[in-house]
Amino acid sequence: MNSLYYQKKLSRNVVDKFFTSLSVFCALIAILPLIFVVTYILIKGGAQINPDLFALEPNPPGDDLDAGGINPALIGTLVITTIASIISIPVGVGGGIYLAEYSKGGPFSKFIRFGVNVLAGVPSIIAGVFIYALIVSTKILFGSMYSGLAGGMALSILMLPTVIKTTDEGLKLVPNELRYASLGIGASMYTTVLKITLPTAFRSIATGVVLGIARAAGETAPLIFTALFSYYYITGFGDLFYEMGSLAVLIYNFALEPYDAQNKLAWAASFILVLSILSVNIFSRILAAFTEKTKRV
Amino acid sequence: MEEKLTLYKNRKRFGIEKNIDVIFKNTTLVLSSLVAVVLFGIILVVFFQSFESFSRYGLNFLVTSEWNPVKDEYGAFTAIYGTLVTSLLSLLITIPLGVGTAIFITEDFVPKFVREIVGSFVELLAAIPSVVLGLWAIFVMEPFLRDFFVFLHKFFGWIPLFSSEPAGRNSLLAITILVVMLLPIVTSIARDTLNQVPKKLRNAAYGIGASRWKTIFSVILPAALSGIMAGVLLALGRAMGETMAVTMIIGNSNVFSWSLLSPGYTISSMLANQFGEADGSQVSSLFYAAFVLMILSLVVNIFAQWLVKKFSLKY
Repeated sequence: MNSLYYQKKLSRNVVDKFFTSLSVFCALIAILPLIFVVTYILIKGGAQINPDLFALEPNPPGDDLDAGGINPALIGTLVITTIASIISIPVGVGGGIYLAEYSKGGPFSKFIRFGVNVLAGVPSIIAGVFIYALIVSTKILFGSMYSGLAGGMALSILMLPTVIKTTDEGLKLVPNELRYASLGIGASMYTTVLKITLPTAFRSIATGVVLGIARAAGETAPLIFTALFSYYYITGFGDLFYEMGSLAVLIYNFALEPYDAQNKLAWAASFILVLSILSVNIFSRILAAFTEKTKRV
Repeated sequence: MEEKLTLYKNRKRFGIEKNIDVIFKNTTLVLSSLVAVVLFGIILVVFFQSFESFSRYGLNFLVTSEWNPVKDEYGAFTAIYGTLVTSLLSLLITIPLGVGTAIFITEDFVPKFVREIVGSFVELLAAIPSVVLGLWAIFVMEPFLRDFFVFLHKFFGWIPLFSSEPAGRNSLLAITILVVMLLPIVTSIARDTLNQVPKKLRNAAYGIGASRWKTIFSVILPAALSGIMAGVLLALGRAMGETMAVTMIIGNSNVFSWSLLSPGYTISSMLANQFGEADGSQVSSLFYAAFVLMILSLVVNIFAQWLVKKFSLKY
């Protein structure tokens, strides 16, 4: 009679309870780092935020108590990621269009898709090494060595797989009926792609690309020996050919300085970097959830 | 009639439009081939740049740990060992944590919105730049773990892995921060695979009287094994190539030591540290090390992709 009721002390129930709590424990540990990291950045970095931070150049480390601001690094990050986007978005979207619209699943497209996955797995520092060998050490860009342009190129290598993948997958989700309808009324293939399928998939592609940009903005390894670092304001286009600072490299350099003022600047830069990256991520997440809901109706 | 015919004629596709179509197609073809060009370009450039060092040191480079720019002697054993040890050990810790979290997210222990929050927290963790995690590791994690390391050395010092006095920057810290970075990768891939396991399997197991965890261990995890393995391998590739956070916390010492509590080196941290100031044959040796790193991560990545293809869920 008793066997009809839930028995707490039955070995299978005890074992179940144990593993359930183990998995809850794992989940707790997994979310702790994010909470800790974000809290510390909000507290330590938020305390440093003031108007001067955005306006001034950083002071070189020394006995100076005032570390200055992060203006050149902030602008530098914007410039370098813009260069990376200008290179990787056309190439990536174009390549994605070929994979999704033209290739018929033959060996070439299989090979390219495989290559995209492999390229996505190449360590980010290798991209820096590659650009160093190709551009920095050869001084091929009008005799300039370390430059913002070279840094942007290194980042574009990291963004390329993301952009191709999101374009490919976004276009594959567009229903074939739209293509048939467009081709059926006599539109050519390129009109169909540019006027029908690409606009239909625009939102999902844009989300993926923006996430890729946000990711690239935080990349440091490819920049430390391509764009290097600079303490000075960016004043014009000519500066593209010289060393350029970025938030990520500023954090790296100043975190390792023994001076408190520089460390504080690193926290402030982290605050701005993390806040913008997280808000882009959260915003795109909400947007994606919203799109999904409207589609289901 | 005449008018209609000309209208029709005008609506015929012009030659120029056909050309545009062909040009467009070929442009996209070229752009997609650029991926292959870049990939082979990277492999070839790194290989040729390392050629000088390769022909001078051969495979000895991999097993000696002398790294002396003054005497022009180079061997990357310490860095290669460090790369393998930090990535493998961090993976060993991450796998149970990540799979456990994935099970928590896919099972229904708690209401759905709690699970969704946990899931997105873990994914947001992946968005934090590694240099920021490095900063956090230096100023928050290291002071926090210091006493624990002292304890480790005191009571487990007889194990070679903990045999040295804990240094301010050491391999074990690098492993810890790697766990934080790998956790989102393993968790999200394990979660996706677990979600793909058909409900039928679970219901069948419940139907013959299996308890929840008996079902998970004997039915669901085996079905999801290949996907989880692929995720683990991707994480391994990521761990080997991870640069910033590791460089900032591992101590960057080329002195070989079995102990995880003493400073170490990885290939990527060696590159990050020395590339900017290197010249002469040191550059070539660094390229050699980069080549080794690239081959390691390529092999792991390609194997992961092969695994996905070969053993993707058959249900």
